Amino acid sequence: MGKDSTTLLWITRKAFFGQIPFPVIHIDTGFKFQEIYAFRDRYTQEWGLDLVISHNAAAFRAGVHPEKGKFRCCHALKTEALKNCIASYKFKALLLAIRRDEHGIRAKERYFSPRDNGFKWNYQKQPVELWDLYQAKLNSEEHFRIHPLLHWTELDTWKYIQREKIPVVPLYFAKNGLRYRSIGCQACCSPVNSRADTIRKIISELENTDIAERSGRAQDKEDAYTMQKLRSLGYM
Amino acid sequence: MEKRYFRLVLSGHIDHGKSTLLGRLLFETNSLPKQKISEIKTASRALGRDMDFAFLTDQLKEERENQMTLDTAQAFFRSRARNYAIIDAPGHVELIKNMITGASQAQAAILVIALPEGMQEQTLRHASLIGLLGIKQLIVILNKMDLADYKKQPFKEARGKILDFLAGLNIKPAAVIPVCARNGANLSRKSSLMRWYKGPCLLRALNSLRLKKPGNKKPLRFPVQDIYEINGERIVAGKVASGVLRCGQRILLLPALLEARISAIKIFGESPKKAEAGKNIGIILNKPLPVKRGDILADKAFGIRLSDRFTGEVFWWSQEPLRINERIALRCASQQVHCVIEKIEKRIDSSSLKIIEKDAAGLGINEIGIVVIKTETPIAVEKFDFIEDLGRFILERNFNPEGAGIIT
Repeated sequence: MGKDSTTLLWITRKAFFGQIPFPVIHIDTGFKFQEIYAFRDRYTQEWGLDLVISHNAAAFRAGVHPEKGKFRCCHALKTEALKNCIASYKFKALLLAIRRDEHGIRAKERYFSPRDNGFKWNYQKQPVELWDLYQAKLNSEEHFRIHPLLHWTELDTWKYIQREKIPVVPLYFAKNGLRYRSIGCQACCSPVNSRADTIRKIISELENTDIAERSGRAQDKEDAYTMQKLRSLGYM
Repeated sequence: MEKRYFRLVLSGHIDHGKSTLLGRLLFETNSLPKQKISEIKTASRALGRDMDFAFLTDQLKEERENQMTLDTAQAFFRSRARNYAIIDAPGHVELIKNMITGASQAQAAILVIALPEGMQEQTLRHASLIGLLGIKQLIVILNKMDLADYKKQPFKEARGKILDFLAGLNIKPAAVIPVCARNGANLSRKSSLMRWYKGPCLLRALNSLRLKKPGNKKPLRFPVQDIYEINGERIVAGKVASGVLRCGQRILLLPALLEARISAIKIFGESPKKAEAGKNIGIILNKPLPVKRGDILADKAFGIRLSDRFTGEVFWWSQEPLRINERIALRCASQQVHCVIEKIEKRIDSSSLKIIEKDAAGLGINEIGIVVIKTETPIAVEKFDFIEDLGRFILERNFNPEGAGIIT
């Protein structure tokens, strides 16, 4: 439940006038920060969410771990967990909070992005999207990834959080000169040097930084095309 | 959120330097995180090349190896005047679908033409599609001026040609700028290599473009997206396409032609008295009308065009030709109906704008048609120039969008 997922949840609550009428999934790798779990549990209750926790327990027990290969770890604990979840609930669409400015590969995405029954993202054959007329129906074996925040930037998210007074996980705020700009699993995220301990200071920091948002995310860096490989197999 | 992004699309023929121009522009406006620069240097070196600015948006492995943009991408930069989102669109003929996907989100276009080649097939096709998509503001870049020794004469000749072609599309570019994207000449400041050029640099020309204003002054049109029953209330959800919606206003429900009044406007956590064009809202009506998705709420005081036959301009991108009298789905705002193309008055080559055939039996890939459309039931339509949301449509076969058009 990073800032973008929380923002998307907030927008979805607004769109449905306070009550989200479908389940909310948390892909739990088992390696998330304690602060994330606490935040999730608190707002699940406060916002009356129908929470589904999806955890690839088999892979976790078999010892899949970031230190034994990040590609395999992300794939097993995130993509596979999501796959199992979609299969058991037969979801036809997922709303996801990815943004084009986070990563070059995500910049290639569509707002309504179809995935075949093998879960694959066919990035060479994406549907045409004109204006706000999206391809919104599919043949039976497929599902959609819907990306309402695709054109937002990191700064947009923070300004929206400020305007709407959205709660976020406290890891984003600086403590002892360090803060997280992007959060996920504890082992694969490193903090950046920062004194920004309020939303206002975060916004001013981002307006003047030349460090990339996901610079602290290990899975982006293992090799230049790791993200492309992960995503073509169904990673978010 | 305080400042809106000005959205631009980069268009032009393959290899004319769109991605390089974008990369260089980001570099010159200090929009690149350090890490990105070193990432690109590493990836360029791995493929045995100097720093390739195109790698900024060409992120797919295939794109970098083949030095060709495959899919649309987006990057952001800031000038002193405002924030920009810039969409890099691919220039290959096979990838026109990806180009229009990028272009349909833009408010203005940059058309890149490289010297000495000058205008090529995709230059012209992109220009005509930009016109068809309703983008009125355009800046032309004459790139690779280094290959013309930064001389005025080749620039002047190329400029004359593109201005002639654009005049045929009713487009008058805001500027035609001689540029060398590789070294950044005339991008963020005037270059001393071309002192004969008296116009603005690219960044300055961009800052002079105007943001499109929301259509508040037009009559109200509210396409219905969905109906929610929440806490015993029946909420009609959707986005105001044009005009301003106010509490107490009398509206007409289309196509049923029933009347009602707006009793309340709903936004979670707020209770607004009015909603302007572009706002996503819920509405409570004063009586229980049979409203459903695809209906349009309109201002009662203004006439509305409810029609089952209209003329339009269609662009077709599917391999499988569009046949006359073929039953096909049409979507316009939230309306969805089946229709046939009754008549193709003109079949036009999108890269030359030449008429291939009059009274044609079909439209092939990348062709434009001036057509008469007959829908199975009447829908609310408007001329594209008047109310965009109700003047543009897509055509779908088996849920796949295969063509699109505007109502003329």
